[in-house]
Amino acid sequence: MIFGVTRIVNFAHGSFYMLGAYLAWTLVTVLPRGHLGFWGGVLAAALIVGVIGVLIEVLLLRRIYKAPELFQLLATFGVVLIVQDLALLIWGPQDLLGPRAPGLRGATEVLGVRFPLYELFLIAVGPVVLGLLWLLFHRTRWGTLVRAATADREMVGALGVNQRMLFTTVFFLGSILAGLGGALQLPRESVNLQMDLAVIAEAFVVVVVGGLGSLPGAFLAAMLIGQMQAFGILIFPKITLVLAFLVMAAVLVVRPHGLLGRPPSSAHVAQAVEPPLEATPGWGRWLLLALLALAVLVPPFLGDFALIVFTEIAIMVLFAASLHFIMGPGGMASFGHAAYFGLGAYGAALLVKHFAAPMELGLVGAPFAAGLAGVVFGWFCVRLSGVYAAMLTLAFAQIAWSAAFQWVELTGGDNGILGVWPSAWAQPKLVFYYLTLALCVAATLLLRRAIFAPFGYALRAGRDSPLRAEAIGMDGFHIRWAAFTLAAVAAGIAGGLFAYSKGSVFPTYMAIPRSVDALLMVLLGGVQTVSGPIVGALAYTWIHEQLMRLFDLWRLLLGTVILLLVLFFPQGLAGVARRRG
Amino acid sequence: MSATLEATDLHKSFGGVHAVAGVTLRVAAGELLALIGPNGAGKSTCFNMLNGQLRPDCGEVRLRGEDITGMAPRRVWRMGVGRTFQITATFGSMTVLENVQMALLSHRRRLFDLWNPVGREDPARALALLERVGMAAQAARPCGVLAYGDLKRVELAIALANDPALLLMDEPTAGMAPAERVALMELTARIARDGGIAVLFTEHDMDVVFGHADRILVLDRGRPIAEGAPEAVRADARVREVYLGTGATHGHA
Repeated sequence: MIFGVTRIVNFAHGSFYMLGAYLAWTLVTVLPRGHLGFWGGVLAAALIVGVIGVLIEVLLLRRIYKAPELFQLLATFGVVLIVQDLALLIWGPQDLLGPRAPGLRGATEVLGVRFPLYELFLIAVGPVVLGLLWLLFHRTRWGTLVRAATADREMVGALGVNQRMLFTTVFFLGSILAGLGGALQLPRESVNLQMDLAVIAEAFVVVVVGGLGSLPGAFLAAMLIGQMQAFGILIFPKITLVLAFLVMAAVLVVRPHGLLGRPPSSAHVAQAVEPPLEATPGWGRWLLLALLALAVLVPPFLGDFALIVFTEIAIMVLFAASLHFIMGPGGMASFGHAAYFGLGAYGAALLVKHFAAPMELGLVGAPFAAGLAGVVFGWFCVRLSGVYAAMLTLAFAQIAWSAAFQWVELTGGDNGILGVWPSAWAQPKLVFYYLTLALCVAATLLLRRAIFAPFGYALRAGRDSPLRAEAIGMDGFHIRWAAFTLAAVAAGIAGGLFAYSKGSVFPTYMAIPRSVDALLMVLLGGVQTVSGPIVGALAYTWIHEQLMRLFDLWRLLLGTVILLLVLFFPQGLAGVARRRG
Repeated sequence: MSATLEATDLHKSFGGVHAVAGVTLRVAAGELLALIGPNGAGKSTCFNMLNGQLRPDCGEVRLRGEDITGMAPRRVWRMGVGRTFQITATFGSMTVLENVQMALLSHRRRLFDLWNPVGREDPARALALLERVGMAAQAARPCGVLAYGDLKRVELAIALANDPALLLMDEPTAGMAPAERVALMELTARIARDGGIAVLFTEHDMDVVFGHADRILVLDRGRPIAEGAPEAVRADARVREVYLGTGATHGHA
């Protein structure tokens, strides 16, 4: 609903869900026991979340409705980080268990199987809410306006409808529903701090499969994937998430815009014209060379800790450059770039664990594993554009993450894989640093070279004008696919080096926060500047390091930094420097 | 003599609307054929079937004798069809020269080159093309800042980059000032005659049509109603009726 009207993909929706659960827990435990206490608490929690949603809409989103999609996504992710730390502050890190629903504590027999009453109640709630929404949308003036705005926002504006009011009320209702969803989970599951990202990834898969902006589609997809997971767990307990992925893949091959979705209308899409790509200006070139000289000359005089930081920065430069390659020239936002970083790391680690492979082989395996994933995932992702593609990349990353998390025999699950150490000659921190520096700088320079070569130009051509690109014989799909794969390979090299520098790999290497790290580096540096990712990676890794070291609540600060960045520096650091210089 | 473009009995319907119902046309090398008709006559649909954006329900499109019916636009281009758009489509983040160079690189199948910088390509051929359309002086400017009329010229240069046998121009002078229109059409006619290129264009401006086309094909409600030299079409009673008669428009484009 929110997406249909505002065209904002709201990461914070998962946070609303989590807040709903936490608030309901507080209210239900504080209020007197009994029907009023429980149901009143649940509804009040949903309403409070609705109000929080309105506050966020008015204070933040209103300012960025005209900003590029990517910034909107990032801004809402900033909210996610802030809410996470606030929830940690208020409710603490431990899982909270709620009371059971009064009146629905028991169980009943359904076809000879004991079935909790509360679950039956939940099964009924879904269709009831859907029915109420349907009535709201088809029987009220407000609902008609919402549907009209979903179909053609500009036209509704031209007819004199107060869009601000409409957006805010839609956001209010959407947030209430998210809060209600979270609150209703209370008697079933414990409330914890991971709820937000877990539910949002699933919601994205559901929305993409159902078709963006289609309520019945979302409902249908939720049923389909829910059933697949419920029955899949009986047959293939290890791969329930892979099943969801297979469903999504199958649906998207047959219907690229989802079960009930339609291709996005391009009637009103105003293409922002990007400035021509310039080589880094003279002083910038000197600055980069100076940085490189520092990176080569200083480390022999540094301690181990500084060397580790330097190594990490070199890796992050390549990681950011690989994401920039598809985001800048390609115009495709990836919200799951960490998948390829992580798969590179796992590719190397698995070779070590299962075949006792030496580092040299591991470093070849890393980009290979990541590239393979890039070929498969990319085939789906590059068919879609804009937010659709971004959501899909996120969903794939989440699937890769859960595979690493769930498939304990192969990956060690949450415990990761330990003992991924470099070969004897590269054991000294300094030697490994130089190895990392050499590989990362070389790969980054190759990516830069490709941007200025016909391939990079063809990539930009497809971004600027797909119509013209096709009309001069360019095969946009294969070009974007190749670029996606190339970016995955580069991220895989970074991931492999990262694994050897840490000596271990964990599922968090491909979790959403790492994908967002990469996005922030690219955005901090500026998407449309070739040297942007390098500057961005340096600045971001440094800021991150400082925040982590100085403050416990680094997520809160990071979230705030993101919001400030989106609101005040949409051009990125390198972009600002260029305008001044 | 075999025609450069030969389309036979093209049909296309959208839902229940027969947008194009039985159009047959031929364009010979060096000839300018104008496709005209009131709004909703099926010009754009017809055009999009020729360049591969739409697949005809039935009928056949042949280019220099080869069947190109329903081929993807990029393959149609490789067969030797250049095209310009009603609303110009160029690469806004590139310079005028780079826009033309992209077409040349694509023509030489060098798009997957990851190594050689585009900036060091020999610009001679691209500059020669820009020279032909009178845009060489602006080669270094970004396409994003050009005036509309100049963009149309750049599109023409891009369309000529693969030595096409056929140029498809959708409203080539839409949005231009009258003096510019005449200049662009004279340029097009000269290029077509010098290079033996067949040109098919749609156009709303009747001065352009009757001043520059060798032959005119008039569509109404998806059907051809007249075809011939400008004088003959001008005198045709049915054409007069369609354009002046009831004044009503039909169907949708």
